[in-house]
Amino acid sequence: MATPFRKTLKTKKFVVTTEVGPVKGSNVSKAIEHIALLKDKVDGLNVTDNQSSVMRYPSLGICLLIKEHGGEPILQVTCRDRNRLAIQADLLFAYSRGVDNVLCLTGDSIDVGDHKEAKQVFDLDSVQLIHLVHTLNSGKDMAGNELDGGIAFCIGATGTPSADPLEPQLVKVEKKLKAGVSFIQTQAVYELDELKRFTEFVRNIDVEVKILAGIVPVIGAKMATYMNDNVPGVFIPQHLIDELAQAPKGTGVAKGIEIAARMMRQIKEEKICDGVHIMFIGREEKVPEILEAAGLL
Amino acid sequence: MIIAERKPMEEIKQFVAPYKKVLVAGCGTCVTVCWVGGEKEVAMLASQLRLATSSEGKKISVLEATVERQCEKEMVEEIRDKVAEVEAVLSLACGSGVQTMAEMFEDKPVFPAVNTTFIGMPEKDGLWVEMCGACGDCFLDRTGGVCPVVRCAKGLLNGPCGGTRKGGKCEIDPDKDCAWVLIYRRLEKQGRLDLMREYYAPKNHRAVKRPGRVQAIKA
Repeated sequence: MATPFRKTLKTKKFVVTTEVGPVKGSNVSKAIEHIALLKDKVDGLNVTDNQSSVMRYPSLGICLLIKEHGGEPILQVTCRDRNRLAIQADLLFAYSRGVDNVLCLTGDSIDVGDHKEAKQVFDLDSVQLIHLVHTLNSGKDMAGNELDGGIAFCIGATGTPSADPLEPQLVKVEKKLKAGVSFIQTQAVYELDELKRFTEFVRNIDVEVKILAGIVPVIGAKMATYMNDNVPGVFIPQHLIDELAQAPKGTGVAKGIEIAARMMRQIKEEKICDGVHIMFIGREEKVPEILEAAGLL
Repeated sequence: MIIAERKPMEEIKQFVAPYKKVLVAGCGTCVTVCWVGGEKEVAMLASQLRLATSSEGKKISVLEATVERQCEKEMVEEIRDKVAEVEAVLSLACGSGVQTMAEMFEDKPVFPAVNTTFIGMPEKDGLWVEMCGACGDCFLDRTGGVCPVVRCAKGLLNGPCGGTRKGGKCEIDPDKDCAWVLIYRRLEKQGRLDLMREYYAPKNHRAVKRPGRVQAIKA
């Protein structure tokens, strides 16, 4: 059995999480392969919630699979697709089946996804969602009704260290910290100075919360430019794009892994924050290579 | 004011295809100001229809009329005689105007010739931007007079999402400002940033019981 994520967070261990992307369809064999490959190599496995507003197998479904296969799932919940009733119901279900870590996110806009004409919900925002989980943890629902059988989630939030302008983003992070979270998994970070600045800000408010730097390997200059233009909250600096552009043809993936591993080593060696969260979207099978290159296996 | 956009001509032509005599009805208030449904636009749509149908070898008689406010029955009453002459009405008013006409002339089809889009203001000549979502629970006192309910693409109440683009632009459109960056700057200017640091509970989405119905209390 995996060590509960909340217990890992209490230790001094350099925390490593990664994600298992839900499939498009009902065939979960690929997800099961990824779970088997990764569950013992990391401290927690996030499962995205209709990531990038693209409809997929539900986060909760993959979380249950992770649980069944002896891993430690982190349920990602966005506010985009469900109102407060649906979110509470899903959280009760998740907890009753042993999924007790939750990452609270706003969620990308419907406009970036594959169902662009859908009605986006956003009944709650991410700060309100964190409050909601605390309310459920206290044994009541949002309307103040008593729950028969409570829950006790370990709650996480996100933050964007490279936001420009940064100040409004930090005001929101401060609200999340004050609402009470045990961990932060940041959006993709490429400049460690930005991560340091972000960590200092968080530490001034909350010394306990564990900060996991978001690592999204980039496997080519073209992909970097595409991500800068199309992936919300991603800012890849020019010097990395140049480094990727200089990599010989066919070595993009290796270069991307090398850059990611280099950053991870530096984060750990310089104790910039408490861990990393690796998001190698669609290339989960490559995550062990990054861990190995970063000396984390 | 209420902002609208003209529907595509093809769609409008299909509405009137079965008829030989129609009335194009404009409104002298909001849709006149946003250049879509005033007297000028009525004249333009009427001649476009005449041209389009005659080039297709059909004959259609198009009458024109504009009332001051199509959402008020007393004002619509003024064009009752013209409506009586035609088989169908093409309204260039907002959805409220179309429905007022439809309710007053129940025996006649009233078609919308515009799509009503939002409540807004002109940002510059010919460019209108959304300002209010008519949520019934105004939040502007806490946000420096910038509405996050409609000007934030996600209607967030506690600050920006993580998707803000460089320079404070919206995740979904680099031409639009992130409302929370605007709010931050406005409150900073006023020395009231503490307002942004406060936690705001989930919105009461039932502040207006839809469909809305408000009884005025006379002073």
